[in-house]
Amino acid sequence: MTTTSPRTAPAASLRGRVLKFTERLTTPLLPADYLDVIDPLRSGAALRGRLVAINPETRDSATLVIRPGRGWRGHLPGQYIRVGVDVDGIRQWRAYSLTSPTDRADGCITITVKAIPDGAVSTYLVRRARAGTIIQLDQAAGEFTVDNPSPGKVLFITAGSGITPVMGMLRDMRPDLTSDIVVVHSAPTAADVIFGGELRMLAAKGLIRLVEVHTDTEGVLDTDRLERVVDDLAERHTWACGPVGLLDTLERHWAAIGITDQLHTERFRPTVIATGEGGAVSFSASAVTVENDGNRSLLDTGEDAGVLMPSGCRMGICFGCVAPLRRGAVRDLRTGELTTAAEGDGVAIQTCISAAAGPCDIEL
Amino acid sequence: MTAVQETVADPSTHLSAADIENLGAELDAIREQVIASRGERDAAYIRTVIDTQRKLELGSRAILLFSLFPPAWLAGTVGLSVSKIIENMEIGHNVMHGQWDWMRDPAIHSTTWEWDNASPADMWKHSHNELHHTYTNVRGKDNDLGYGIMRVDDEQPWKPMYLIQPLSNAVNACFFQYGIAFYDLEIGKYLKGRVDKKDFIGRGRKVLSKIRRQATRDYVLHPLLSGPSALSTLTANLTANLVRNLWTHSVIMCGHFPEGVQTFARDSIEGETRGQWYLRQMLGSANISGSPALHFMTGNLSYQIEHHLFPDLPSNRYQEIAPKVRELFERYGLTYTTGPLPKQVVSAWTQIIRLSVPN
Repeated sequence: MTTTSPRTAPAASLRGRVLKFTERLTTPLLPADYLDVIDPLRSGAALRGRLVAINPETRDSATLVIRPGRGWRGHLPGQYIRVGVDVDGIRQWRAYSLTSPTDRADGCITITVKAIPDGAVSTYLVRRARAGTIIQLDQAAGEFTVDNPSPGKVLFITAGSGITPVMGMLRDMRPDLTSDIVVVHSAPTAADVIFGGELRMLAAKGLIRLVEVHTDTEGVLDTDRLERVVDDLAERHTWACGPVGLLDTLERHWAAIGITDQLHTERFRPTVIATGEGGAVSFSASAVTVENDGNRSLLDTGEDAGVLMPSGCRMGICFGCVAPLRRGAVRDLRTGELTTAAEGDGVAIQTCISAAAGPCDIEL
Repeated sequence: MTAVQETVADPSTHLSAADIENLGAELDAIREQVIASRGERDAAYIRTVIDTQRKLELGSRAILLFSLFPPAWLAGTVGLSVSKIIENMEIGHNVMHGQWDWMRDPAIHSTTWEWDNASPADMWKHSHNELHHTYTNVRGKDNDLGYGIMRVDDEQPWKPMYLIQPLSNAVNACFFQYGIAFYDLEIGKYLKGRVDKKDFIGRGRKVLSKIRRQATRDYVLHPLLSGPSALSTLTANLTANLVRNLWTHSVIMCGHFPEGVQTFARDSIEGETRGQWYLRQMLGSANISGSPALHFMTGNLSYQIEHHLFPDLPSNRYQEIAPKVRELFERYGLTYTTGPLPKQVVSAWTQIIRLSVPN
């Protein structure tokens, strides 16, 4: 027997056998289901974190200090994490930039969240979240990072909560602030500048040059003004994060002067989910896209299009037809209630009582 | 026209078609109220129940490692029995109904849940959620009516095999989890040639493999782990499974078999409206009255009427809407069948014994 199969290290196979044995002890559940009850942050568990503190930054933003589970693999300055929080009992996932340095002494990480009007998750995190709460995490991700060692001359252009990934970078660069760093940050007023105190202190110590643009009184930053306040921007590596309008303007300008490769941008795009009557339904796994008029069930529509649809009672009681809505909006045909999913959410919906309320993507 | 006109003493003849639709609209309103207020409190409830049940199971199994010591046997067996009952009823049954799907937590979701019962989740969901809850008490369509082996209503034609149904019901009660598994396999349908052979064998393998895993856990591995206490742990696990079987069987029997519960002819549900469907659920189910602890230990299936009206509402809410539902019964002149557990169990057994002989 052993001649045909590659030999595994004894430790690994012993560990495998122990695992197999404990699985037999806990069937139909997994050992993890019981261990989660005891220690949800242990190594080997699905990645979670515990909120340690929620510190206000401005009147509508706060920094959440999170102790990540032992499976946390660390991050690069400028990266973001997806967090899953239960708001009114419903698990919702959002992405936020990490604002802590990569080597924080206590091993915690921080994200800084600005409460946006009607933003269920951001409002919950800023206003209602309590220390001690367990939240779901993903490993850090994102390409908006600063090279190490950082290039000589740096320009950061940020607006609103766009300062958050940049703050993460600044906190990491700080110990060896040999770089020449300019930060141009836009916010409605001086009081709305997230990390205002820390940025101004860095500037006072001469570690960065800070240009604050208070848009309530000075208007939105344009490229003329930018050229005036940063006269050497063509010599700088620039990282920009903020609303789509600002980034579009910057990209056009950098392209016009032929230095596109010196500009790195991060788009904080709020997921705009179009809702209406009906829409194009894409059954992604079957590669079928069909129109649904908003009055027929997705189940009927899918079946007519030849998609292999799981189904059951066809009246909304048995949950035999549940499928993940990857993206888009559906309306409950019985109540008119809307369910929306952002990219990657995978909200399970009952196809037999749901109709399209805009374009949507069903994983079937 | 209505769902129930075929039944002998139809208790709803006084209701017009418009009455029935109004009744449906009022029930929809009750449902809406619960859905609109579903939230953190409910999520915390089910998480606490799951957390507590898992700790209770771990603790009980740990105590049973020393089951040679009689107090340990007793405490461990009681704990494990209670834990298995909660796991099957308040957690498993209700999660697999999709009652908690709205939380969007993949760990507590009807599509991912597997339970400590011989019947695999997907097969149980088909026969229970899809057939039983859709065709509740429709003779010839809802196999839960006597599980295909018993006669539980005067309208079901008598056959000689029903003579032994008091005995078969007692046996079924003791081995209830296997009864459910074989029932979910739809052996009867297969024998009549209405199920593809390959399909049937595939599902049979799945059931057997799950039974093997469950039995290995309870009757081999945990006893072996107990060392000198092996034999007493084995008897403890056997007892816990028996207690769970007897309890769940009794509760479930009370849901649809007691006196006063209606059954319906197959053709009576053609073109059934939402209001008529609701009415059928109201007439086809019976509650159990009792303390909060009793309701919890039945997985709130003691609110069988409310559960059948709204199978996907969180179970912790049934007690809250029960007075409103009961008030509707009174206003529409219908009988809300309910009674204490011993009375309902006796009533269901009386029916089974009475119906074992021809009318």
